[in-house]
Amino acid sequence: MSAKRKETDLTWRDIDIGAVITDAGNAIEYKTGDWRSERPVLNKERCIKCGICYIYCPEGCIRQNNEGYFAADPYYCKGCGICARECWTQAIKMVPEEE
Amino acid sequence: MKMIGMEGAHAVAEAVKLADTEVIAAYPITPQTHIVERLAEMVANGELDAEYIPVESEHSAMSACLGSSATGVRTFTATAGPGLELMHEVVYIASSMRLPIVMAVTNRALSAPLSVWGDHSDAMAVRDCSWIQMFAENGQQAFDLTLCAFRIGEDPNVLFPVMVHMDGFHVSHVVEPLFLLEKKQVDKFLPPYHRPYSLDPGRPATLGAFAVPVIFSEVKKSQSEAFASTKPAILQAWKEFGDISGRYYQPVEQYKSEDAKVLLLMMGSFGETAMVAVDELRQRGEKVGLIRLRLWRPFPFEELRQAVGNAEILIVLDRCISFGGPPGPLCSEVKAALYSLEKRPKVVGFIGGLGGRDISVEQFREMVARGREAVARGGEEETQMIGVR
Repeated sequence: MSAKRKETDLTWRDIDIGAVITDAGNAIEYKTGDWRSERPVLNKERCIKCGICYIYCPEGCIRQNNEGYFAADPYYCKGCGICARECWTQAIKMVPEEE
Repeated sequence: MKMIGMEGAHAVAEAVKLADTEVIAAYPITPQTHIVERLAEMVANGELDAEYIPVESEHSAMSACLGSSATGVRTFTATAGPGLELMHEVVYIASSMRLPIVMAVTNRALSAPLSVWGDHSDAMAVRDCSWIQMFAENGQQAFDLTLCAFRIGEDPNVLFPVMVHMDGFHVSHVVEPLFLLEKKQVDKFLPPYHRPYSLDPGRPATLGAFAVPVIFSEVKKSQSEAFASTKPAILQAWKEFGDISGRYYQPVEQYKSEDAKVLLLMMGSFGETAMVAVDELRQRGEKVGLIRLRLWRPFPFEELRQAVGNAEILIVLDRCISFGGPPGPLCSEVKAALYSLEKRPKVVGFIGGLGGRDISVEQFREMVARGREAVARGGEEETQMIGVR
């Protein structure tokens, strides 16, 4: 299977033998953000830019932005809430997606 | 090559040795034990240069075979009955990952009550797993089909694992006169295994990955199409095998069936007893013939339809019960295969030979008689058991 095309565009004829994936690192294409029922919301006033959320994020989807704050990439964030739980200053709050 | 006397299980081990198999991962289980026991001896004695992995269970046996075959190495295992059940999960993974492992299955009943003896319950439980599956009738065929299994499975146009079924004890433990092949004949017939996506650090690939609903159906459709298109490679391998050995195999093998009004159909070792019954009935002037499925998966639809074309009654013998369903799995598949024919024989199903019970020549004659009676009464009746008190 090639990462160069979206999964939704692939037909059965595009599947390699045994559905083998030959492009290393193509999991980057895989959107896991739509699993989420809650999203992390950062209160910048409480954030001390320590990066503990970045360290604990099991998805590896948190990055530091130009201002020095750490923020989850919603394309990948599954909404597990570990960042909110680990945050030393309670700067991250999980908010239901429907809100 | 001269005729020798050899046990069926040992003949399979000889085929595995002649194929220069490189990895054997297996767990001993009756009635398969003699195969892997003999292979262990061959490796220990330096007769066969293979890694022999004595695993702790059949689940591990098939898992080890997965890894081995994925590196592009010729891989063999053997199991029976409950052992096949224990590896069931990994059996599907092997075929879905398109790993051409060869497995001998000495067919055995499933517990309880515990029985080490033969029937086809184990084979029917793995019916839908997309392994190529063939049934050997005797030790010679067990040897021949094991060699063919490597050739077929590893064909670049196939790349599916292959099961060679043989009845526990009736084939595995009987010493028969049979012919092996010369090493140079085998080498010509069986080229080295080259895997297109073998595990190789220089060329990383992900095997057996996770698939979300958006892609899983496409993967299964691809697998199904590939599996259905393996038939030409199977026929080609059997033809070439025939050319070197003089023993030609067909997906559906026929015995005195051309003009037969009544046909017996089965898989496995009972075909030989049925042959004697057919001979006897023919001597009495009854137009009876025999059909044996050599190839079970992919199912030989066309060959079966052609073979039964002119018969009036088709008697199907199952060595397995499907509880609460159409009782005989082979019979129900045969019926399904014939459903589209405008002119088709009446099908009468029997179940027998469970857990090592023999079926005699006399009982085959009884099946023919009961089949005729059933049809005279007006049709295809529910499957009945034969030889039960």
